Amino acid sequence: MDAAQHDRVDLSKGQKAGGNREPMVVVKDVNKHFGDLHVLRDINLTVGRGEVVVVLGPSGSGKSTLCRAINRLETIEGGTITIDGKVLPEEGKGLAQLRADVGMVFQSFNLFAHKTIRDNVTLGPIKVRKTSKSDAKKQAEALLKRVGIEAQADKFPAQLSGGQQQRVAIARSLAMGPKVMLFDEPTSALDPEMVGEVLDVMVALAKEGMTMIVVTHEMGFARKAADRVVFMADGQIVEVATPEEFFTSPKSNRAKDFLGKILTH
Amino acid sequence: MGDILSKYDILGAFWVTIQLSLLAAIGALVLGTIVAILRVSPVGVLRFIGTSYVNIFRNTPLTLLMVFSILGISFILGISLSQDLSRNAYWWAAIVLSVYHAAFVCEALRSGVNTIPTGQAEAARSIGLTFNQSLTEVLLPQAFRGAIAPLGSVLIALIKNTTVAAVILGTSEAAGLLAQITENEGASLPTFFLFALGFVILTLPLGILFTNLSRRLAVKR
Repeated sequence: MDAAQHDRVDLSKGQKAGGNREPMVVVKDVNKHFGDLHVLRDINLTVGRGEVVVVLGPSGSGKSTLCRAINRLETIEGGTITIDGKVLPEEGKGLAQLRADVGMVFQSFNLFAHKTIRDNVTLGPIKVRKTSKSDAKKQAEALLKRVGIEAQADKFPAQLSGGQQQRVAIARSLAMGPKVMLFDEPTSALDPEMVGEVLDVMVALAKEGMTMIVVTHEMGFARKAADRVVFMADGQIVEVATPEEFFTSPKSNRAKDFLGKILTH
Repeated sequence: MGDILSKYDILGAFWVTIQLSLLAAIGALVLGTIVAILRVSPVGVLRFIGTSYVNIFRNTPLTLLMVFSILGISFILGISLSQDLSRNAYWWAAIVLSVYHAAFVCEALRSGVNTIPTGQAEAARSIGLTFNQSLTEVLLPQAFRGAIAPLGSVLIALIKNTTVAAVILGTSEAAGLLAQITENEGASLPTFFLFALGFVILTLPLGILFTNLSRRLAVKR
């Protein structure tokens, strides 16, 4: 018998978007292997429009893989992923178009190293949305101002601090006018003093009603901004709860164990 | 020495060397970029074509390719590029130099591609760029910047390899003319040094230029 199976708590909460919202991202029966390793096991999750879902779990639990699968940076072997009613295509133009609607913020920022900060933000709108250069530039200035980097627009990524680069990466995603934003451990590569500035931008974004799926280890952010917490372990969703429920009275042993390890220090 | 300078058109021969170098450099850059794209493409068949190209042309002696272009393609298959025999040889020399060095350009570019972290391509895809757009906007510009130093080496090798074209061009380019002078006037060290100096003048500044460029255009990470 699978030990994790015993541990499973009522997951019906994961299959309905929180608060009777219209579904934005629907993950259904998704499976994936890396060789012998079953990294995603029968994942079912619905994220509603405007909802902020924080995915927690020990490393190797499959949470990053799930996040990347929603943008099809990882392929899946079974099941479907639907974004705003459209099933994620396998390849080609349709996939590129759908990706344009899904913002992605990476752990390692991944700003285009050979382009200035401004050009990083305008590239997508100009090439994918066919926005005029002057409009894209105006939009970029506004977005950079919003994340507090307007003074650095002519610099190159390597000249900025990690926190600044990550805020630019958020601006670059926002420039596409995404329907949902994915954050794959956005603060894990940052020096501690820079974590706050990035989280501030993310909290503001959550308050404005952006649909967000955030893989993170920042419990403070989960408490402050999440509508729901999804706890993953060994490739499965083990528990879905409100942050309040999850942090005060986790139901599964895995979650209790996880929280015990991270909250005692 | 003065005798030789007035009797033979040494500058003219070097001019042909420069022309061949320019033509072949452009040809090799374009063709090599295409082959490099094939080699990094997600389609297996295209990757196979790219890999085969590199393996064939990188491992065949340039002299053989030169001779084959004239004896094999022009004479046996009858595909000529010009009615005039020496013009025909000239164009074939440019093409063979392009085709041969494209394999090296491809490998230089591929080493440039390998300097790019995978996150760059993922970020390009995640903002909705198509494969072609990711290639032209994000990957190739960074690959070229990362490959400038090896591309410079390829260009210098190409300039020196134009001398191999003497086997089909006769005396119209520098190495062919040197052979003719040696035959007619006897071997002389000053003549050798003069021709060697000619090549140094062509290649040394390029080496310095490319080292400089690679430093200035390097992508800071």
